[in-house]
Amino acid sequence: MAEYIARFFSEKKMADAWVLIQEDFFQATLSTLYITLMSTLFAILIGLPLGIILVTGDSKGIRPLPRWLMTFLNWVINLLRSAPFIILIVLLMPFTRLLLGSAVGDGGVIVPLVIAAFPFVARLVEGSLRELNPNIIEMAQSSGANTWQIVFHVMLPESVPSLITSFTTAITTILGYTAMSGAVGGGGLGNLAIAQGQQRSNHAVLLAALVILVILVQILQTFGTWLAKKCDRRQKNQ
Amino acid sequence: MAIVELKDVTRVYRNGEHEQYALDHVDLSLEEGKFVVVLGPSGAGKSTLLNLLGGLDNPTSGTIRVDGKDITALKDDELADYRAATVGFVFQSYNLIPTLTVQENVALVKEISPHPLSSHEMIAAVGLADHVHHFPSELSGGEQQRVSIARALAKNPKILLCDEPTGALDSETGVMVLKLLLSMAREMGKTIIIVTHNQQIAKMADTVVRVKNGKIVTCENQDHPLTAEEVEW
Repeated sequence: MAEYIARFFSEKKMADAWVLIQEDFFQATLSTLYITLMSTLFAILIGLPLGIILVTGDSKGIRPLPRWLMTFLNWVINLLRSAPFIILIVLLMPFTRLLLGSAVGDGGVIVPLVIAAFPFVARLVEGSLRELNPNIIEMAQSSGANTWQIVFHVMLPESVPSLITSFTTAITTILGYTAMSGAVGGGGLGNLAIAQGQQRSNHAVLLAALVILVILVQILQTFGTWLAKKCDRRQKNQ
Repeated sequence: MAIVELKDVTRVYRNGEHEQYALDHVDLSLEEGKFVVVLGPSGAGKSTLLNLLGGLDNPTSGTIRVDGKDITALKDDELADYRAATVGFVFQSYNLIPTLTVQENVALVKEISPHPLSSHEMIAAVGLADHVHHFPSELSGGEQQRVSIARALAKNPKILLCDEPTGALDSETGVMVLKLLLSMAREMGKTIIIVTHNQQIAKMADTVVRVKNGKIVTCENQDHPLTAEEVEW
């Protein structure tokens, strides 16, 4: 134990860590937040419509799509969800380069993050929408609402609290993934922790990065839970 | 003139190799503005009949004409338009949206109709003007059913299709709901079609259709139906 402390938390290392915390941590935290927010935004932009299609296009949905198409979509989602993120980053490098002109930096991590997260978001959205009372959908259908009206006037508004909870789960998961951004030279706390903490054996930096990540997750989760409750009109009037 | 006309309508459900005739070569003709009760035990084909009239299901064979239009020839999108314009549904379980107020529940469906009525007037017509801003959970069962009737009416349909509308209500509230439905036929000229297994409700009908094993046993007009108050169960 004493040896461990001497090796990773020597007086010099603590001094180095303190300098880093003062000089680099603020920028790294901003970078992590930027990567997380952008990735979540794009993942929702793709995952939300996809999740809606998974529910409405189902053979028992309000607008069944060809079976082969649904099988294909499910297959793609499962495939992307089973790929470990660090492998996805490497495999997607040519694609990222094609899209952004460069496969490194913050953009280099946002592209693979979006690819990794949108299938996850689609599944979360699918779960949220399937929780809806089928009687309400039946009512909308029998009233002559078309698919569009059922989705935008009934399914989505009724699922808002559940969707917010799902998106909160998504953003905290994505925040965790950003730690791997260091692998492609992306900025952020993960990069700082790996480059300074692990590779230069300064565990105080690792711990400091961890503490900030924990605080960020707590803030996001608390805010998400609060927002979901605020949007749930059933709770207010009971 | 008949507003509803079924000619040789059959609906077969296939369950593996087993074929079940939910409706078996049925002919039926109903007059506009009448209060019609379709009576029969469960599994007789009542709900199938209602779903076919409402354009929620297609017959295996035969033709259904509603308001002069052959609805068996319609595509899915056209069926949705037909439902939006011509029929209103009232369910046993009300199917109100719990997160919307009375006013919002009624207004939501109004958006779908090509020629809607004022949602405030419809809510007033069912006697709930004081409850427009309440949520469904704050209302009694009878009141919730009246909201669902207001919702169906706000679309301004010619036909109101009611599936066991009093099934979840006690006798007294049930009578109130029936009275309301009857007045819709008498005062607004709507055709009301109620599906039920409750024999008592049939006593107040202009026309009683008895269904059994997918066939129509009798279709009788009653010249002197009882009023809602005279009915009890």
